[in-house]
Amino acid sequence: MRKRSLAAALAALALAAAPAAAQGTLAIVGGKVQTMAGPAIENGTVIIRDGRIVAVGVGIAVPAGARTIDARGKVVTPGFFESSTQMGLVEVGAVDVTNDHAVSDSDHVSAAFNVRDGLNPASIVIPVTRIGGVTTAVSRPDGGLIAGQSVIVDLTGVNVDSMLVRSPVGMYATLGEGVHRAGGGARAGATQLLREVLDDARTYARDRAAFDRGQMRRLSASRLDLEALQPVLAGRLPLVVDVNRASDIRTALAIAKEYGLKLVISGGAEAWMVADELARANVPVIVKVLQDLPETFEQLGERYDNAALLRRAGVKVAITSNDTHNARNIKQEAGNAVANGLPYDEALRAVTLYPAQIWGVADRYGSLEVGKVANVVVWGGDPLELLTPVEHVVIHGREVPMVSRETQLRDRYLHLNDATRAYPQPAAAQPQQ
Amino acid sequence: MKRALSALLLAAAGCAHAGAKPASQPSPAQAPVPAVPAPFPSTYRPFPSVPTLIRGATVMTAAGQIFPGGEVLMVDGKIAAVGQQVTAPAGVRVVDGTGKFVTPGIIDVHSHLGVYASPGVDANADGNEATSPVTANVWAEHSVWPQDPGFGRALANGGITSMEILPGSANLIGGRSVVLKNVPSRTVQGMKFPGAPYGLKMACGENPKRVYASRGPSTRMGNVAGYRTAWIEAAAYRRKWDDWDAAGRKPADMPTRDLGLETLAEVLRGNILVQNHCYRADEMAQMIDISHEFGYHIRSFHHGVEAYKVRDLLAREGIGASLWADWWGFKMEAMDETNANLAMVSQAGVRAIVHSDDPGGIQRLNQEAAKAMLAGRVAGIQISDNDALRWLTANPAWALGIEDKVGTLEVGKQADVVIWSGSPFSVYSRPEKVFIDGALLYDRNNPNLQPTSDFETGLLPAEATR
Repeated sequence: MRKRSLAAALAALALAAAPAAAQGTLAIVGGKVQTMAGPAIENGTVIIRDGRIVAVGVGIAVPAGARTIDARGKVVTPGFFESSTQMGLVEVGAVDVTNDHAVSDSDHVSAAFNVRDGLNPASIVIPVTRIGGVTTAVSRPDGGLIAGQSVIVDLTGVNVDSMLVRSPVGMYATLGEGVHRAGGGARAGATQLLREVLDDARTYARDRAAFDRGQMRRLSASRLDLEALQPVLAGRLPLVVDVNRASDIRTALAIAKEYGLKLVISGGAEAWMVADELARANVPVIVKVLQDLPETFEQLGERYDNAALLRRAGVKVAITSNDTHNARNIKQEAGNAVANGLPYDEALRAVTLYPAQIWGVADRYGSLEVGKVANVVVWGGDPLELLTPVEHVVIHGREVPMVSRETQLRDRYLHLNDATRAYPQPAAAQPQQ
Repeated sequence: MKRALSALLLAAAGCAHAGAKPASQPSPAQAPVPAVPAPFPSTYRPFPSVPTLIRGATVMTAAGQIFPGGEVLMVDGKIAAVGQQVTAPAGVRVVDGTGKFVTPGIIDVHSHLGVYASPGVDANADGNEATSPVTANVWAEHSVWPQDPGFGRALANGGITSMEILPGSANLIGGRSVVLKNVPSRTVQGMKFPGAPYGLKMACGENPKRVYASRGPSTRMGNVAGYRTAWIEAAAYRRKWDDWDAAGRKPADMPTRDLGLETLAEVLRGNILVQNHCYRADEMAQMIDISHEFGYHIRSFHHGVEAYKVRDLLAREGIGASLWADWWGFKMEAMDETNANLAMVSQAGVRAIVHSDDPGGIQRLNQEAAKAMLAGRVAGIQISDNDALRWLTANPAWALGIEDKVGTLEVGKQADVVIWSGSPFSVYSRPEKVFIDGALLYDRNNPNLQPTSDFETGLLPAEATR
């Protein structure tokens, strides 16, 4: 009951805060525009209409009646693109029933599990994230040998359909310590399982009718799982492997080659040690920068300049916070990559253009170019600096209110006064004295 | 409107500092127990140092001054002079700090380095004696593995010069903490900060009631009963020893020692500082009432995701707030986070502290402070660079009871000093040199001054040297 009225209040607030001319034309004028499609444009203008970018450049006339954002002295970028979150899937970490990112399958194979139906567009994490400058996120499963399928969402919308950018976007697997037990207590046991499942998926596809008639030997995964692996075997859906140890990354490369898979390495703490091989195989890596500690035996070689070393070897790198509630810290990750040797422009691309390319949506996302989806952020200065505020966030061409449950709690307590704490309208609740 | 509020809060802050010692705070008293020297004494000795002058850097003292192009002189392990220009003895080693920033060493009040060492395997999990809800008898230092590679990373990446190592939060009363200097050592005794008081780890809320769900406490009211029962026993134990003391300390009548109650009695005497893990505002208020009931003082709440809701109470009680910049959402009691928490409590006159509770976070407390500064600005709260630096140095030093020794660049204090490549609040800055007691223990540009632990030695194949 109380929850419903809160939701209603939030919806009302969102409506009230939405700009009147949202459906019309929006012009972001005078900023340093980091298009990601070329050098930064000083004093540039970005024109947005019907959710798309319709013009970018210098000296572009602002159409009459357009709503204008003055970006003079500010920096304009594509909305940041987070490549590894559980956005909309994890509300409160320790409260299981609010977690929808994993299914525990006894055979450790959940290939058919697509997180989409569990996505919660009303998650309180979404506004916290987007007002931090992140507009698009991969929301992914985890757990088991094959965890399932991820989706890409834009961080606005009242229902999943309106948020969804692409589904599925990746199939997730794990190699190394995380599946040691699944492999019967050995790495090679886990890879044996993985190969068996991939082989069986091929067998299944060769004669589905026989499978349906029950005239096929017992296969190692369910029909749904075997079906879900077909686009992976066809090289259409990338296999994203969570893997850290150099030797385990090599194993992933070998398996991808054997089966003709499109591979993405996620985590990759020791990827820098395998950088040349990754570059030769044209395999991108999703890197969390702020990791410099041998916290497990599979990340003994972990170091802050992993992204820089990979890039230097010619590997495409996307940077991630690898976090959900603090996906907003992706800019801190990118800044630290620069501090540890990644060229600045590459760090910006690693949170915009490269994720869009890796996930196959660069035709619509990742840069400020005509025709692309208008996900744009106006920053008070250098987007990667810790003291730079996010000033405007535009998603699908609409400015989102700079409000989250977090800012609302903050404001509720900004003035400590018993009367202002429990009621939305303080005037109605003045204590009788 | 906002300005008026700030003024009001500032006034309150003044009161808080003036009256930082609430009525219930016990005055430190010499413990009458036992007539033996303190066990496990510190064997820390400063590393060799040479008189050193840092010149031309932006010197941030954390004591209210920022000297652009300033100077710091370190002699015999102490700060000998700080200012725009200082007089240095002949032959002093000169470090050019042009374009760089100098701060006191960073201090983390909440770390589990050594007790939850890397690699995080079961064999290294020594931080929670989760066998009973009250284990005041255990001491974190007996779990600290000095070869935890996290110590070196905290020095090199984070400029951490001192830290408090705490037991975990499984228990209502988890045991004694220990304050360490972040120096390489074969023994924990060789790291123990000389003269630092001990701390007592207490924990509220979800963790203890989850860990002990089957045997109790399984509720928050069960938690509170557990603390109170322990303090009742501690008060009786203290009285027994005080009576023995008053009766002339006859050896034949000496009461039997109890390790746990001995620690709690020292809290009641004001010799051990309470470090209280507590997320929710209402629970902090409960813990404060318990401290009043038994006459001890809570030095700092840790984590305090809802500290902003009771910042007036914390200011009035003179309790520090050791917080994250932005961690949230991992459990119910961490839901009501705002990243303006540090700025809000700081503005209210509470000693705000950025803490890590994490072997990664301890490597960048300066960055966490910067994020919290920004969140404050967005909320209309201006935090000065000096105040934000105090979140990392002077305030944690106070929370650990070592504020007379470290935490600011003031003459006579221990020369724990970081030279940063740029502003400590920039994401692009890194510690370039770190001095502890005047000795250069880390130099980014000198491979021979980058400590590695025994564990890391020979760990990577020669083809992959760092």
